[in-house]
Amino acid sequence: MSDRLTSSISTAAAWIFGLIWALPLLYAIWAAFHPSAYATHFDLTAPLSLENFTRAWAAAPFARYFLNTTLLVLGIMAAQFVICTLAAFGLARWKLFGGEVLFALILVQLMVTPDVLILENYRTLRTLGLIDTLTGIGLPYVASAFGIFLLRQSFKSIPKELDDAARVEGANTLQTIWRVYLPLARPIYVAYGLVSISYHWNNFLWPLIVTNSTETRPLTVGLQVFASGDQGIDWSVICAAALMTSAPLLVAFLLFQRAFIQSFLRAGIR
Amino acid sequence: MPEAHKPRPLNIHVQGWLLALPAVVLLAAFTHIPAVATVIDSFFSTPHGRRPADFVGLAQYRNMLTDPVFWLALRNNLLYALITVPVSVGLALAMALWVKDRIKGRAALRLAFFTPTVLPMVAAANIWIFFYTPDYGLLNQIMRAVGLGSVNWLGSVETALPAMMAVTVWKESGFFMVFFLAALQQVPPVLYEAARMENASRWMVFRRITWPLVMPTTLFVAVNALINAFRVVDQVIAMTGGGPNNATTLLLFYIYQVAFSFWDTAYAAALSTVLLSVLALISFLQFFLLDRKIHYR
Repeated sequence: MSDRLTSSISTAAAWIFGLIWALPLLYAIWAAFHPSAYATHFDLTAPLSLENFTRAWAAAPFARYFLNTTLLVLGIMAAQFVICTLAAFGLARWKLFGGEVLFALILVQLMVTPDVLILENYRTLRTLGLIDTLTGIGLPYVASAFGIFLLRQSFKSIPKELDDAARVEGANTLQTIWRVYLPLARPIYVAYGLVSISYHWNNFLWPLIVTNSTETRPLTVGLQVFASGDQGIDWSVICAAALMTSAPLLVAFLLFQRAFIQSFLRAGIR
Repeated sequence: MPEAHKPRPLNIHVQGWLLALPAVVLLAAFTHIPAVATVIDSFFSTPHGRRPADFVGLAQYRNMLTDPVFWLALRNNLLYALITVPVSVGLALAMALWVKDRIKGRAALRLAFFTPTVLPMVAAANIWIFFYTPDYGLLNQIMRAVGLGSVNWLGSVETALPAMMAVTVWKESGFFMVFFLAALQQVPPVLYEAARMENASRWMVFRRITWPLVMPTTLFVAVNALINAFRVVDQVIAMTGGGPNNATTLLLFYIYQVAFSFWDTAYAAALSTVLLSVLALISFLQFFLLDRKIHYR
């Protein structure tokens, strides 16, 4: 078989897979933007309509869900930045007594994520009186092994001389972190922030267990409640709701494709 | 007097531990203590009303051995891992190779492959339910167009699990593709030039250059896919609720069901212990059998 032929076969295969990969989403977009009557039959002359979105928006408190999710992802990210930065700095710069063991114990969380321990964590939250609160959804994720690992790696690559220089000028540890480490590790924070936001925007099982009211439900749980509720099966409206919940991330991804892909990479490798 | 600003040795240990303290407390509270408590709880009975939990030894595990749903969940989960891991890793590598080349429309292809990754699983699951709908769904419309009958993909025991695996592969491959893309960029171009001089076929180039050089990435991605396979739950809740007839019940979903629908907390603890052991086994493989340099260092 000549190389030219293999190459065209490969290109054709690439396109077939590309099409298959795009199909479910394109289908959902079609259904969401056309009147229900056209949901399952295709007609290029079908009128465009936003009615499915307005109906979904009116049928469930999506505005509240959006607010909850936004507060949740931003709160988790901010808390993760603070807590992981402090721990990562302690582990990166100083040879702590027991530091190695501590780091190994921290890495356990990469494998045993909070969603595996739903039962015990639910009990803990109940004891703390945090069931059905945004704090309760976020708390188990705030000390993230992944974040500590990532920041520790990047802090280690920062020259010790810069640290010393700041200290000579009289900066204490927190000031040194703020003035030297944060600015130099900025790309890592951007990467970690994007990964954290997309993870918690999409997180489902834990919020499903912890929440039981509109006031705390994030979008994913809200969507599930909506889709499994008594809407009848109006697929156009469900597709509109599904797209709506994904829209902010999807739009952000389309705008900053490079940054997203870079971030996932930076976060995964190293 | 710069010396005065350097923290003394003891001071360093105290400061370091104080900095790590919030993380240590939270990690202990939500990872280490609950993990140990889960194992301990699995040796007790579920407390009912005023009756406290009794020590029952291995009774929960004996129940498990005779629980057909547990065996089904385990079997389903192993199948899930066995099929989705190689398929999504293989496709991810293929996608990376396609997108890397100067193929027509590579930007569009990359977008098509990666976009599913960004969607929430619950949203993706609902879109796929629609895609799979009996009679009207796009998949069945296509099947009918080529002369095949309509299939109730999520409603029949034979097809429900594979249908769900397809969603996982669809959502994961594009994510793993990114890691292969990065690995492929690290391959020295000299090697490919040398291969071209020797007139090596595409297959030879892949076999002798690409495959060995992306091996560390393949292992890294495969381990991640394996861990994910044992934590699958969102799509089960959103798409089938474990049905039909437990055909799509996976371990974590069964734990969720036993703990929060049946409220048999002790049995759920025993099931969790099994899942924890599986994850521990995978990390053992990761750290001791594979090259340690690939991973977290």
